[in-house]
Amino acid sequence: MTAIETKAPRGFRPDLKVLGPILALVVLVAVGAWLNANFLSAGNITNVLSRSAFIGIIAVGMTFVITAGGLDLSVGSMAAFIAGLMIMVMNGLLPTLGPGVPLVLVGMATALVVGILAGALNGFLITTMRIEAFIVTLGTMGIYRSLVTWLADGGTLSLDFGMRSVIRPIYYDGILGISFPIIVFALVAIAGEVVMRRAAFGRHAAAVGCNDQVARYSSVNVNRVRMLTYVFLGLLVGIATIMYVPRLGSASSSTGVLWELEAIAAVIIGGTMLKGGFGRVWGTVIGVLILSLIDNILNLTDGVSPYLNGAIQGVIIILAVILQRERKAEG
Amino acid sequence: MKHLAIAALAASLALPALAQETKVIGVSIPAATHGWAGGMNFHAQEAVNRLEDVYPELDFVLATASDPSKQVNDIEDMLATRNIDALVVLPFESEPLTGPVKAVADSGAWVTVVDRGLAQEGIEDLYVAGDNPGFGRVSGEYMASAMPDGGKIVALRGIPTTIDNERVAGFEAAIEGSGIEVVDMEHGNWNRDDSFTVMQDFLSKHPQLDAVWASDDDMAIGVLAAIEAAGRDDIKFVLGGAGMKEMIARTRDGDPMIPANVTYPPAMIATAIEMTAVGLTSTAPVSGTFTIGSVLITPDNAADYYYPDSPF
Repeated sequence: MTAIETKAPRGFRPDLKVLGPILALVVLVAVGAWLNANFLSAGNITNVLSRSAFIGIIAVGMTFVITAGGLDLSVGSMAAFIAGLMIMVMNGLLPTLGPGVPLVLVGMATALVVGILAGALNGFLITTMRIEAFIVTLGTMGIYRSLVTWLADGGTLSLDFGMRSVIRPIYYDGILGISFPIIVFALVAIAGEVVMRRAAFGRHAAAVGCNDQVARYSSVNVNRVRMLTYVFLGLLVGIATIMYVPRLGSASSSTGVLWELEAIAAVIIGGTMLKGGFGRVWGTVIGVLILSLIDNILNLTDGVSPYLNGAIQGVIIILAVILQRERKAEG
Repeated sequence: MKHLAIAALAASLALPALAQETKVIGVSIPAATHGWAGGMNFHAQEAVNRLEDVYPELDFVLATASDPSKQVNDIEDMLATRNIDALVVLPFESEPLTGPVKAVADSGAWVTVVDRGLAQEGIEDLYVAGDNPGFGRVSGEYMASAMPDGGKIVALRGIPTTIDNERVAGFEAAIEGSGIEVVDMEHGNWNRDDSFTVMQDFLSKHPQLDAVWASDDDMAIGVLAAIEAAGRDDIKFVLGGAGMKEMIARTRDGDPMIPANVTYPPAMIATAIEMTAVGLTSTAPVSGTFTIGSVLITPDNAADYYYPDSPF
């Protein structure tokens, strides 16, 4: 990984791997502004950033998991399951605690605790039981999705109506006109970037993802690092769910479908290597913004058939990986 | 050991002979992966429970599948191991299920197809379905009557399917010449989150709208949340559909934003199971096509369409 970082610059050559995602984002913003006057309005920007926050917060955690050579396919189902439990706990305690801040705090604590436990379960099966991350999280993906369908009796779990007005501000309000999801997303991203760049944990994660044997000989506790990446991801899924539940006050089996793939796509678009060893949190943030801007722009214009949304996202994901490969072929 | 195996084999062969009077009805439906399907599962289970009490000579096998290939497996298992006399099937998709359902029909069993037709005609004995063009038409007629002076609306569509196309075509035909202009249309995939996102973008794009055809209650919930968050008061009402109980309750209680609903009852699976049971146990003729009309629900008749126990 250090080889990539310290490669001597041969004159001025724009690094496509670094510039690619930024350029794509700039182009998208320019196209959006050109196509629709409302694109750069405060309302639209707030909307896009707020709803990017769920995937964004999760994708920051996913960056660490992938950097350490892992993968987590269960995050979308996990978010749905956590949202379902959070709603059930809050509905259940409503008669005792009443609609107010204490109940909101209990709901938040539920989300965080369940998230950490779910992440720890994935981590335990992967590190201690030595099962492939792909297999473990494929399994838990099905488990959590079934559990939320079962809890909801095939329908939708809805937060009590009186409680909804109390919890609503978590998604819709904010400080100085910036909504809470955006603030939380920004804080998580900054913290993630700092940990990845400056903290020992970030370096250890990259070392484990690069070559776990070498990391082990360098006295890195490989299992502990891997375990922690999954626990952090679980925690972040819990935080994302805390932001998600106040939006529509409900959870169903269609909550969080394909979030795992969106998060993984954002991580890859941002320049993190899928096979591990190198991660870039700020790139992930740009990846998330690119994906949600494509949706937004397609909704704001009539030019492209909505049937093609997925195709356009697919093209961008593949382009991002091609940019990464180009860099590697040169060196 | 060998004797045991032979005895078991003999017993299993003898069983159908002993229980000759008992007829088996297989019910194969998609799993409860969204609100409407959840309601359909509820009504299927309820119908099976009730009919097992009513007809002691009938046995039911209920299987739910999360994708078309699992449903094919379910149906093959029913035919091979349960020796079904009738199959009630709500096909996940028409094309892949046509062959396996035809095999059931060829085995001599009665076949009832629900909601989504098969790709080949003449396989089923009974076809029970909702009225998709009618769903769109009733929605459009309501819109036209609620907006006599015309106006601008946006529409949310479901998952891209023929069902969705039929509904939209029916809707567009019904509002033609009414002065209602559909300024935008986008797929919300019968999903709350997707519809919330799409509606937010519609609200950014169009500064003035008079109403929304959400075409489904799950989508209507997402639309309402987006309107409320944007603080827009130009939109006078949202028309959903399919009769989710929370939305029926709001219509019943006179919520001005939800003045009406259009049925597309998940309970149609119960209709199909009942008619199949009648066909198997009585001499009443039940073959043919049974179309369940889409009905307009207003505050006057909302109470009749409210099922408090259903998850949908």
